[in-house]
Amino acid sequence: MSVSLPVSHRVLIADDEPAIVLSLEFLMRRCGIVTDIARDGEEALAKATSFAPALILLDVMLPRRSGLEVCRVLRSQESTRTIKIILLTAKGGHTESERGLSMGADLYVVKPFSTQELVLQVKTMLENVRGAADGGAR
Amino acid sequence: MLQGWIIVCASFAYIGFLFAIAYFADKRADQGRSLIATPYIYALSLGVYATAWTFYGSVGRAASDGVGFLPIYLGPTLMMILWWFVVRKMIRISKINRITSLADFVASRYGKSALLGGLVTVIAVVGILPYISLQLKAISTSFSILLQYPEIVMPAKAGATGIFNDTAFYIAIFLASFTIAFGTRQLDVAERHEGMVAAIAFESLVKLIAFISVGIYVTFAMFDGPADIFGRALAQPDLASLVAPFGAAAGSYMSWIWLTMLSMLAILFLPRQFQVAVIENVDEKHLNKAVWLFPLYMLAINLFVLPIALGGLLHFGVGSVDADTFVLTLPMAEKQEWLALLVFIGGLSAATGMVIVETIALSTMVCNDLVMPLLLRVTRLRFMQHANLSMLLLDIRRAAIVLILMMGYFYYLVAGEAYALVSIGLISFAAVAQFAPAVIGGIYWKDGSRLGALAGLSAGFAVWVYTLLLPAFAKSGWIPQEIIERGPFSIELLKPLQLFGLTGLDQMTHAMLWSMLANIGLYIGVSLLGRQSAAERIQATLFVDVFSQTGDRTGFWRGTASVSSLQSLVGRFLGPARAADLFDTYAKSRGVASADALESDARLVRFAEIQLAGAIGAASARVMVASVVEEEPLGVDEVMAIIDEASQAIAQSNELKIKQAELEVATRELRSANERLRELDHLKDDFISTVTHELRTPLTSIRAFSEILHDNPELDAEERTRFLGILVKESERLTRLINQVLDLAKLEAGAAEWRIATLDLRDLVADATSATEQLFRSNRIELKTDLPDHLPPVVADRDRLMQVMLNLLSNAIKFCESGTGRVQVSLRREHGSVRVDVRDNGIGIARENQQLIFEKFRQVGDTLTDKPQGTGLGLAICREIVGHFGGRLWVESEVGCGATFSFSLPAQTVSAT
Repeated sequence: MSVSLPVSHRVLIADDEPAIVLSLEFLMRRCGIVTDIARDGEEALAKATSFAPALILLDVMLPRRSGLEVCRVLRSQESTRTIKIILLTAKGGHTESERGLSMGADLYVVKPFSTQELVLQVKTMLENVRGAADGGAR
Repeated sequence: MLQGWIIVCASFAYIGFLFAIAYFADKRADQGRSLIATPYIYALSLGVYATAWTFYGSVGRAASDGVGFLPIYLGPTLMMILWWFVVRKMIRISKINRITSLADFVASRYGKSALLGGLVTVIAVVGILPYISLQLKAISTSFSILLQYPEIVMPAKAGATGIFNDTAFYIAIFLASFTIAFGTRQLDVAERHEGMVAAIAFESLVKLIAFISVGIYVTFAMFDGPADIFGRALAQPDLASLVAPFGAAAGSYMSWIWLTMLSMLAILFLPRQFQVAVIENVDEKHLNKAVWLFPLYMLAINLFVLPIALGGLLHFGVGSVDADTFVLTLPMAEKQEWLALLVFIGGLSAATGMVIVETIALSTMVCNDLVMPLLLRVTRLRFMQHANLSMLLLDIRRAAIVLILMMGYFYYLVAGEAYALVSIGLISFAAVAQFAPAVIGGIYWKDGSRLGALAGLSAGFAVWVYTLLLPAFAKSGWIPQEIIERGPFSIELLKPLQLFGLTGLDQMTHAMLWSMLANIGLYIGVSLLGRQSAAERIQATLFVDVFSQTGDRTGFWRGTASVSSLQSLVGRFLGPARAADLFDTYAKSRGVASADALESDARLVRFAEIQLAGAIGAASARVMVASVVEEEPLGVDEVMAIIDEASQAIAQSNELKIKQAELEVATRELRSANERLRELDHLKDDFISTVTHELRTPLTSIRAFSEILHDNPELDAEERTRFLGILVKESERLTRLINQVLDLAKLEAGAAEWRIATLDLRDLVADATSATEQLFRSNRIELKTDLPDHLPPVVADRDRLMQVMLNLLSNAIKFCESGTGRVQVSLRREHGSVRVDVRDNGIGIARENQQLIFEKFRQVGDTLTDKPQGTGLGLAICREIVGHFGGRLWVESEVGCGATFSFSLPAQTVSAT
């Protein structure tokens, strides 16, 4: 028997703003979600494999590799293809969001965001992942 | 016998033939086998310069002034020398930017200013009206005279018979419908009117043949060659003076020079010349041949002016027949009815050619630079709902054509009788010459600014109205003659013909001197005093450096828009089918299969803007594109809401009330900063979207923690304090950012207040180091100063320089290792300046980043630790400050070996004691 939590409880937070990371960490932790943190694009890619999260909160303007690029790479790898991705960005506009979604993101959230809505979105996505996983197990 | 119906029929047949030529040329153009793609047609089309004024008026002028008619043709010939440089540049600029008219050219150069485009349009329309009225006068006079054949009767005074019996009125209507049929069949005016150009070139040929035919007939059939005419003229004392160079009148050298210069400018800036020479140009290389073909044409059409003038004076005697009509009346007197009819057709060619091209050019300006910007502004919302506006655009242009010709007719009624043909034309020349400083300056001088152009043009135009138009009205009895004779309110200094007591010059020289002085003076003066906005600067560089640019220019627009919204926008003005064509062609040029697959980037936005500019002018195109391009700056209301929520959260904690007050101050400042941003459109252009982005980051944390604190009352005290601490820190960051944005905006707009004093930099450095001493100590970084014993003073604002010093010192601390960090400040005299160095042994800055760090919001982070805490504006502000006092700020650094930030300020030379 494995002691690790189910995959669906893990969320990776990839952002380079310490205050924002702290707030996201707090919000996730309160829902009983296990988190890890990546401060740049490279680290996000590495942890997407090692930490194996069910969902990534991904900032677009990451150092070293942009969030969009991370998004594209994650979608192209077999092992990370099913990870849910929520892009966070300070850039508004629907063309921006179209581009994010075309890179394979599941949701595009503009900063500053409503914490309640974000938490709700994360929870719903994780539920779906769990539902799909349970369905698969049966 | 020449009956009325023969003349009318011949005219219509001729016009019909022109239509056939235009139709044929347009058809050939559609097939891709352009008829006009040859330098000969190009040179002939430039011949539109020779109007009815040349055709009839030159002889009239020669009959009174002798060779005085020549400067009008000498000018263009001289200008041809410069033509290769100036016009080639204007052509290149216009092609790249899809300029549609002279007004568009000026507006586009000065930051796509709709105001400037409107002003140029008004000047051009008002200035050209006399010229159009001249054509009406010429056609109607020649028609009336020919109608009386074989009698030679001078026609009645204009307007004496009432409008509906006036030939000129019907001619104006006829010309309007003719021009509409010619010029407004297609919309995209940047796409050239090939048919029109072919017809104009043909007309140039006809008028030349007609004029030379009369010349040969008069010289060789009526007289025995030129020697005979000149010989007989010299025998009569009152005619002999006409043959002498420079005429008899005093001061005529001066007026020769002015007239030559005036016509040099006219050949460039008459709207119709700009149209045929620049807009309709097919290939820059055609200039090579045109520079000698066109002067040749000028020479040919002037060859017989003097013989005809002298022949007329010898035949009719002085005073009995208006010399402006000699070209027509001489063949009539000799009963050469077919030659007379040819002359009439030649004159018709000259006049219609001018009217067609001029009104097409003017109607384009009126539509694109006057009506469209107003429509966009006034009824923008409703206007935007139209799916296809191309018909509306055409209707606006048609209405403009009718209006312009009608106004020309009324000018003819009001002032047409008061002057000879040549004088009427010169008034128009003087008006368009006002464009010279703004256009020539605009393509060679980057610092020429929008305000400078506005000031220069307005002043030049005002002087023109006062010294040329007003006297013309007075002479025709429209306003009291007293104003001219004694000045308004009897103020002698303001007499329109002797402004500020300047006497001894003829009217034209006097007007040109004052208007050009005011125009050039204000253009240069205001440009030098003011500042250009970013948009202006970009356009200035694009225009001045047009030959050094290669490939696409991007990055003007920061935002993007979806392909479909851009395409439908272009479709509204050019028609959906045409828009689809354009976008597909563009997609292919970018190597993409279809328009749907295009990436919506800045290049595409610019492409769409240029296509639109071709239809509605640069200024309007910019407004339209801006309406669909999303830059989506953060709304100020949104910011306010977030800050309000944050203040509430903070207010729950008593100890943080002070911070709340600070935040309120920040809010107020943000509001005023925002208003300021609204005012300065260059900040709007590319600064605000960056600022917005920068603002969102602290706002995100502030909102998140406010909501966390609000939603989780059960948080323990420790966590609560920690979160409030972050809130405070991020609020401070926001405040700092807003303050610096405000500061920089002030500095850049030149609105900052400076307290200037003579300073000893040693005191300043000492103060700055003692102020930061504590900071250095707590970061365990060593600070050393190296100050010389003697140093010349500098002139600067102490507080501002202190700001620079503190910024450099805190930067140094930020990038030094705690414990081993060393910072040294040294001061020394260098050449004529005082130099300050702040050297650290921190991480250093890579060469490729050394310029970057002075740009706004460009931080080069320390990858080992967290992000630097600065706003990314500090160094940009420092550079503005140092630059304000004539100094410079720079950095020298190598990665791993620390960095040295230096600035130098000009030393004050101590006067010898």
